[in-house]
Amino acid sequence: MEFLLSALRWIADPANWDPSATTPLPIQARLLEHLRYTAVSMVIAAAIALPLGCWIGHTGRARQLVIGFTGAMRALPTLGLLFFLLMVFGYWLSYDTAPIVGATIAFVVLAVPSILAGAYAGIESVDRTTVDAARATGMTEWQVLWRVEVPLGLPLVLGGLRSATLQVVSTVTIASYAGLGGLGRIITSGIGLNDYDLILGGALLVTALALLLDGLFALAQRLTRTPGVTDRRPAAARRPRRSPRPHASKSA
Amino acid sequence: MLDWTRANLDLVRELTINHVQLAIVPILASFVLSIPLGWLANRNRVLRAVVITGGSLLYTIPSLPLFVILPILIGTRVLDSLNLVVALTIYGVAVMARSAADALASVDRTTVEASTAIGYSPFGRFVRVELPLAGPVLLAGIRVVAVSTIALVSVGVIIGSQNLGYLFSNGKQRGILEEVVVGILMSLLVALVFDVVIVLLGRVLMPWNRPGRAGRKRAGLVADPATGGPAVPAPPKLDKADAGVGGGDA
Repeated sequence: MEFLLSALRWIADPANWDPSATTPLPIQARLLEHLRYTAVSMVIAAAIALPLGCWIGHTGRARQLVIGFTGAMRALPTLGLLFFLLMVFGYWLSYDTAPIVGATIAFVVLAVPSILAGAYAGIESVDRTTVDAARATGMTEWQVLWRVEVPLGLPLVLGGLRSATLQVVSTVTIASYAGLGGLGRIITSGIGLNDYDLILGGALLVTALALLLDGLFALAQRLTRTPGVTDRRPAAARRPRRSPRPHASKSA
Repeated sequence: MLDWTRANLDLVRELTINHVQLAIVPILASFVLSIPLGWLANRNRVLRAVVITGGSLLYTIPSLPLFVILPILIGTRVLDSLNLVVALTIYGVAVMARSAADALASVDRTTVEASTAIGYSPFGRFVRVELPLAGPVLLAGIRVVAVSTIALVSVGVIIGSQNLGYLFSNGKQRGILEEVVVGILMSLLVALVFDVVIVLLGRVLMPWNRPGRAGRKRAGLVADPATGGPAVPAPPKLDKADAGVGGGDA
């Protein structure tokens, strides 16, 4: 408890937010870096996984393949992948670009399975009779996807993005091991200096950031729920909670 | 080619064994601890919110700082591997408690009522009826926990734990790409072996759930979108339950 209070005092100390403070401070600079890495990785991962997930959910093709693939990705240790990519890109790219490229790819790889699973589960969760009815009224496949399946499946699709964001936010902490910034910088400095204010303060900041983003996604999920839609999937697959999301797998 | 591996086979084997030992306790512990939590979560809405939200909160704590902070909280030594085991158990329980709650909720109410009617005590009913019927969903949950725990063990190298993660940091420091690759491949292999063992255990313990040809046709394979992962045979009883309620009216 003593340590916790001390860390909270450290976060509240205006000196640690002073723009002229020495590294790993000021806090807001690391916070912004952390958010930037998260945002960039999430945008790239979503650009890959959302169209693919919609296609799989809509056509039902390659489903087993993707289920196997997402399971295998879960087993991939992100720290190992990060170091591997850093070394590989170290041969090709300059000293400045290799870490950022390698780290971004590692985070994208981490985010893709959850987004993909959310997207196809969301599209698939739409009642088949509704989809058939949409087709019967003369909608093209694109219209069925965009005007029926995506709006109805949106809470689950957002659920995938939500758990991916959660994973990426907490994993971006290891970016400091690639010589990059982010809140992990504060934590690794703390480990080096044996300064528990830095370690715990940094950890609290990452957790707070993760909770904030998680809350925003929960809100978005609630707002995008189509009124009157009941969950007709088998109860084994049904999530009793309000804002469903696929399980995350922890990577760092 | 493979020079490093040939010269370091003993190291790789030793680290792999450590890795397995570090992963096995959290996986078993999260399974055992999640059952009573799942039971609690199905008592009422408030307890459910506490268990599920608590799990989500624990899960947002980034692992790296948790590994470092745990010694202060639980009074272990900084380089004690117990820190890693406790941290991984926390994450495992965070995920598994929700799986267990969902698994127990998926058990058909009429079956539970029928077992009460034939004279099961609440405890006997839980152990001998509800738990086995919740098995397939529990199995899917523990597979996710097992695989992600094994991947996560390697982060422990940062707090001096001797596991396959050592090959990542040592390989990077010494510039030996092969060492990092061997670490990744061995970690994937361990995860695969665990997954296969868990699935086989599930077949032995739940013979009624074996995906035989007839069973597959009848029930159909339903991917659990919650785990995004392994397909679990859909419990055929559930639709019947719904139909049963409606059928009474008709």
